[in-house]
Amino acid sequence: MSLKQNLHNLKEKYKGTKMAPAFNAIHTFLYLPNEVTHGGTHIKAADDLKRTMNIVIMALVPCLLFGMFNAGYQHYAAIDGSLRANVLANFFTFDNFWIGIIKVLPLVIVSYGVGLIVEFIFAVIKGHEVEEGYLVTGMLVPLIVPIDTPLWMLAVAVIFGVVIGKEVFGGTGMNILNPALTIRAFLFFAYPTWMSGDKVWVYDAVNRTGTADAISGETILGSYAQNQEVIYSNWDKFAGFIPGSVGETSTLLILLGAAILVFTKIGSWRIILSTFIGAAAMGIIFNQIVAADIITESSKFYGLMNTVWWEHLMIGGLAFGAVFMATDPVTGSQTNKGKWIYGFLIGFISIMIRVFNPAYPEGVFLAILLMNVFAPTIDHYVVQGNVKKRLTRTNVKTA
Amino acid sequence: MSKDIRIKKGLDIKLVGGAEKTTKETSLSSFYAIQPEDFHGITPKLVAKEGAEVKTGDTLFYSKSDERILFPSPVSGKVVEVVRGARRKVLAIKIAADPSQEYKDFGSKEAASMSSEEVKDYLLSAGCWPFIKQRPYDVVANPNHAPKAIFVSAYASAPLAADIEYTLAGKEAELQAAFTAVGKLTEGKVHVSIGKNANSPFSDIKGIELHKVSGPHPIGNVGTQIAHIDPINKGDVVWVISPQDLLVIGELFLTGKLNFTRTVALTGSQFSKPQYVTAIAGALIADVTASNLVNDNTRIISGNVLSGTQVKEEGFLRYYDNQITAIPEGDDYEFFGWNKPVFNKISTSRALTFSWLTPNKKYDLNTNTNGEHRAFVVTGSYENVFPLDMYPMQLLKAFMVKDLDEMEALGGYEVAPEDFALTEFICVSKQPHQQIIREGLDLMREELG
Repeated sequence: MSLKQNLHNLKEKYKGTKMAPAFNAIHTFLYLPNEVTHGGTHIKAADDLKRTMNIVIMALVPCLLFGMFNAGYQHYAAIDGSLRANVLANFFTFDNFWIGIIKVLPLVIVSYGVGLIVEFIFAVIKGHEVEEGYLVTGMLVPLIVPIDTPLWMLAVAVIFGVVIGKEVFGGTGMNILNPALTIRAFLFFAYPTWMSGDKVWVYDAVNRTGTADAISGETILGSYAQNQEVIYSNWDKFAGFIPGSVGETSTLLILLGAAILVFTKIGSWRIILSTFIGAAAMGIIFNQIVAADIITESSKFYGLMNTVWWEHLMIGGLAFGAVFMATDPVTGSQTNKGKWIYGFLIGFISIMIRVFNPAYPEGVFLAILLMNVFAPTIDHYVVQGNVKKRLTRTNVKTA
Repeated sequence: MSKDIRIKKGLDIKLVGGAEKTTKETSLSSFYAIQPEDFHGITPKLVAKEGAEVKTGDTLFYSKSDERILFPSPVSGKVVEVVRGARRKVLAIKIAADPSQEYKDFGSKEAASMSSEEVKDYLLSAGCWPFIKQRPYDVVANPNHAPKAIFVSAYASAPLAADIEYTLAGKEAELQAAFTAVGKLTEGKVHVSIGKNANSPFSDIKGIELHKVSGPHPIGNVGTQIAHIDPINKGDVVWVISPQDLLVIGELFLTGKLNFTRTVALTGSQFSKPQYVTAIAGALIADVTASNLVNDNTRIISGNVLSGTQVKEEGFLRYYDNQITAIPEGDDYEFFGWNKPVFNKISTSRALTFSWLTPNKKYDLNTNTNGEHRAFVVTGSYENVFPLDMYPMQLLKAFMVKDLDEMEALGGYEVAPEDFALTEFICVSKQPHQQIIREGLDLMREELG
């Protein structure tokens, strides 16, 4: 008997049992189910949620691979600064990639492993199918944490994020907050020393602290926040040869991901574009404040306020947040008009928090979580516009 | 003043198996059945008992809520069986047709010289009332209402739909008689929509407002046309009649007899020769499709693939349908079907699906759901195939949670299940949109009247 037939027989055998969702999750991963339409339309389009999620994962793969090389590159460059003189020659090396394999891959495995176990447990308890939402979340999480995040910390955060961020609301499609950002926020508030500072962004920097071999890996935002000089060129910032969370440094590859999402019509170009516009607007406002001499160089906000507005778009997590986080259809605005407002405010507030946050010079994840909460309100007012139009039509007629 | 309507939002689903424009006269079918389920919202009170002899036009049952609404037999013959389901609900009234047909004579009439009430009474007494449906709620019209307008869609845009221009060719006299009569039923206008380039049998009809429509499906849906011509507001009622039913009404006025014969399109890849046939409403499917059907794991649908009803070969042509579609069942697994590139299915995204490369290709789609049922996740996709000025996802959610205020505010009065067929087709979460809308409309009708 073929594999197909065997699996079909097993599916029939497990039908109605507690373990059916767990089995079906694996079965449907291998085979598109044999389900046919009944009632309603007799034919269906080719897309399902698995296919949709799969596109997002593929759009993230370039960022992941780049992040694996960058993990090694930042490590070796921190030890020997001369490597930065010729980035391209020293970046795509096996040594760099090896650091990626031993540091980044475990993050991915823990994120997926723990998250999917939680999903399976909930599916079995609640008797629904295992939903695909975590396939993307599981990929996003390792890309937005510092490289040296301890694995147990990640596991705890993932459990928290999936249970509190998603499952208590009823699973994929029902959650209010982006689960990946809930996980990130949990890490940030529970273990702040591991999430900020000048040590956590480069592999091994924490271990070496206080020794003769100590290395530092200040992020660009960190440097600006302390009004220090930044050693990286604009090309480094755009291409991503800089310290930062694992997968968010390369604006170039994030834009490639954005191109994939927009072309396949999976991601909303409205949100992506309006987020960048919002960030640029806030950046320009801050630049004007500096230009108008409202604040002086001695101000602790001077460094970030003086950062040219377009540089804000390349550094930190803004691009990654705009492309992969803000576009989450479940937690974002659902109406097309609402998406413009939602995205703009994310960008605007991101840069505001980035500049004014005294503890941690980045605000993208906080801005997106904040706007997640307000997305239904935005939609409400957009939809009310349509309702009002309908009411006016009735009133004109009866008047 | 006629108004041309052009829409951009929508989707033409191109399938193989379009009906060739030749019409085969099928002989009288052995059995016919009228299924009360076709008349949504009607509770039948039986008149014809098992064993009774009926003529074409004799009443089989009437509506419990309004005894004037009669449902006539489409053929003459003997009532052989009243099929009942749970709680003795009448599922079908089966009639064995006589070899020679006899018609009940209602007497021919000149509609032009009749009053509105006379036309209404005549249509009711002859059993033609069920042809008139109403919006809101998409049910058989209530004769006590005064509709603000009457709409007829004479342009079919649904997948493989019968070409109305072809099926109604040469029937101008019947159509004119029908429109003269129907025009009496409303103070407002009778709006008829035809294709942009159509050489339509409706072109020279008097007493109607002609609209030329163009664009992708659902431009042929009468709901789309109503929304663009004269949208339904709270408290409004409009009536809707399909073109082939107007023929029956027209013939009744001209001859005094009910003739339920219509031209039906046999479409879909599972017909060896997709073409047109003549058939009477309620005919046995096997007789209509005789020796044309490839019956190997085939889904037979009375109606089109988007909003038709699944029937078996021993089932019957539904009351309002002028199309039978047969497509392959899709009850098989597909290895890595969720992530491999797809060339043989239609998609509105480009998620490794390539139907956007070949917009004119005809597809042989099967009934596989192409994925499992999920909660709503993706946003913004329905809007691209939904030409009405409302928020489809928000409306669906309001219908799901049965929030009557929201249902009303978001446009519940303006929609019919078929308006949500395309959003259901493209739905990534495989939600049953039409069923959600139908159940919600029933609730609104119950609670809001």
